[in-house]
Amino acid sequence: MADRDPLVIAGREYHSRLLVGTGKYRDMEQARTAIEASGAEIVTIALRRSNIGQDPDAPNLLDAVPPDRYTILPNTAGCYTAKDAVRTCRLARELLDGHNLVKLEVIGDEHTLYPDVRGTLEAAEQLVAEGFEVMAYTSDDPIIALRLQEIGCVAVMPLAAPIGSGLGIQNRYNLLEIVDRLDVPVVVDAGVGTASDVAVAMELGCDAVLLNTAIAGAQDPVLMASAMRKGAEAGREAYRAGRIPRKRYASASSPIEGTFFE
Amino acid sequence: MSTETSTIQVQVNGEGMALAAGATCADVLERLGVDQQQRLAVEVNEAIVPRSQLNEHRLADGDRVEVIQAIGGG
Repeated sequence: MADRDPLVIAGREYHSRLLVGTGKYRDMEQARTAIEASGAEIVTIALRRSNIGQDPDAPNLLDAVPPDRYTILPNTAGCYTAKDAVRTCRLARELLDGHNLVKLEVIGDEHTLYPDVRGTLEAAEQLVAEGFEVMAYTSDDPIIALRLQEIGCVAVMPLAAPIGSGLGIQNRYNLLEIVDRLDVPVVVDAGVGTASDVAVAMELGCDAVLLNTAIAGAQDPVLMASAMRKGAEAGREAYRAGRIPRKRYASASSPIEGTFFE
Repeated sequence: MSTETSTIQVQVNGEGMALAAGATCADVLERLGVDQQQRLAVEVNEAIVPRSQLNEHRLADGDRVEVIQAIGGG
């Protein structure tokens, strides 16, 4: 499609509606190649204690995904409290020279990795007050999604299914409700398994999809990254094209009149 | 007032490190073999030390220093 259909987050335009993570790859080169094949312009990173002292030659992730080429989206993965999430975002801002865009996640427990929405709301308020542009990972609860928008998050990111589960979209009606009610971009984050899951999310009207494991954990991550890219593009075009209604009975594709047999 | 000692003991990324009294964050990075030009963020006692102040920020006995970098994540 030649006409413009940018994804706009915090006033910046993106052409790709796929956001990808950088975790779980075999090595930095595989991460770099797969991310390139995905066409993603926004990539997530995590922050951890530096081990540079132990291995001075270890390649730096930000050399594989340079900030002058990608929009870096630091996450707060591993944070179980609002305080830790806020602290992580401040470190990210320092690390990335004042960069304000962050992916907020406050996790509830290890088994589900479900968001602790109470901690998420608390952290979102604090971060917005400190000038961060917050993309908030959350459950598929439409009311919590609305609250995050009210707080001032620049995107709300409901899960499709638990992080890393690959189950695909489990509650499309909740996602539809969130898409209908929110004005800020809705990014499906977590739980995607394969390209059709991405396409379904986009067909529902979601603005973008964020995933990591579904690419990094595939047998051929680079090929899967390409498939995900196409899934996002196909789903978005189908959404914009407007699908036919579902009917219980057939309707012929060829004219009924003018047949030449009795 | 405690008597001044010639060394201080700090925690760097959770591990003990002995430094000369008056040592700065930059000294910690040097000890770690880390180039200040690398993309890092430094925290002392849970407060950010901006890159521009790494050379000036003096550490005190018992300070907890974190040196943070970007890694792969989703």
